[in-house]
Amino acid sequence: MKARVTVMLKSGVLDVQGEAVRHALGTLGFAGVNGVRQGKVIELDLAETDKAAAEAAARAMCDKLLANAVIESYRVELI
Amino acid sequence: MKAAVVTFPGSNCDRDLAVAFERVGFEVSRVWHKDTALPAGTDVVGVPGGFSFGDYLRCGAIAAQSPIAAAIRSHADRGGYVLGICNGFQVLTEMQLLPGALMRNAGLKFICKTVGLQVATADSAFTSAYAKGQQIAVPVAHHDGNYTIDAEGLAALRAEDRIAFTYTQNPNGAAADIAGVLSANRRVLGMMPHPERVVDARTGGTDGAALFASLMGGMALA
Repeated sequence: MKARVTVMLKSGVLDVQGEAVRHALGTLGFAGVNGVRQGKVIELDLAETDKAAAEAAARAMCDKLLANAVIESYRVELI
Repeated sequence: MKAAVVTFPGSNCDRDLAVAFERVGFEVSRVWHKDTALPAGTDVVGVPGGFSFGDYLRCGAIAAQSPIAAAIRSHADRGGYVLGICNGFQVLTEMQLLPGALMRNAGLKFICKTVGLQVATADSAFTSAYAKGQQIAVPVAHHDGNYTIDAEGLAALRAEDRIAFTYTQNPNGAAADIAGVLSANRRVLGMMPHPERVVDARTGGTDGAALFASLMGGMALA
């Protein structure tokens, strides 16, 4: 079973890279981009076949390593 | 007094840190990230600067899960001293031995220059040989030194006098100009600037020497 983890900076944490991308988009003439948030996507190929167990495992991985709860939030999708 | 300096794959300030400890009289052991224990009798652990594990995932995140990290945590839990510099600071925040996180510099650029620091507290084994408010010049070399902490955490750091150093001119966007913070028991210090690079007048200055002298002096008394 595969899981896709999306890690984003928490809302309220200034995303300086996203801001730089927003500026660059403006320079390129893309008007009306009010905000850009940049995160990361991590795909996990899991041996687990039970959906609930796979999701629980992925969430534990996020809590322990994949995301830093001080500044980041995450979302787990099974795919 | 015994110091142990950790080396991760990608550490590059480990030797400099070992030399800085040796100059003030520490007996220094070098420890590899796969080691599961610190040498017996270790008084202080040095977690050096560099780019452990290529900064993969987040700076310090992989190092914080290495075998030696568990031994560092036990050492800190026993009340042992830990000094994390630059990437070492990032590792200690990832281990949650220190609060907050180090994010990408606000200007998005790697900054490599000497900056002014103010000693925000002299009440620690790391800063006792400085005067509170003293200004010193110490180099920084980092891409991710933008110290971030929530309002509650910042209030606690202030109330408990745990901000060790602040920048006189904030180079990286760090909250409250913070360059270094102490743990609640004041025995773990993390800082982005490199005091180990300024312990010898022949190589750039001596403003960092008092940090190592403080440690040696404080431990000799303890």
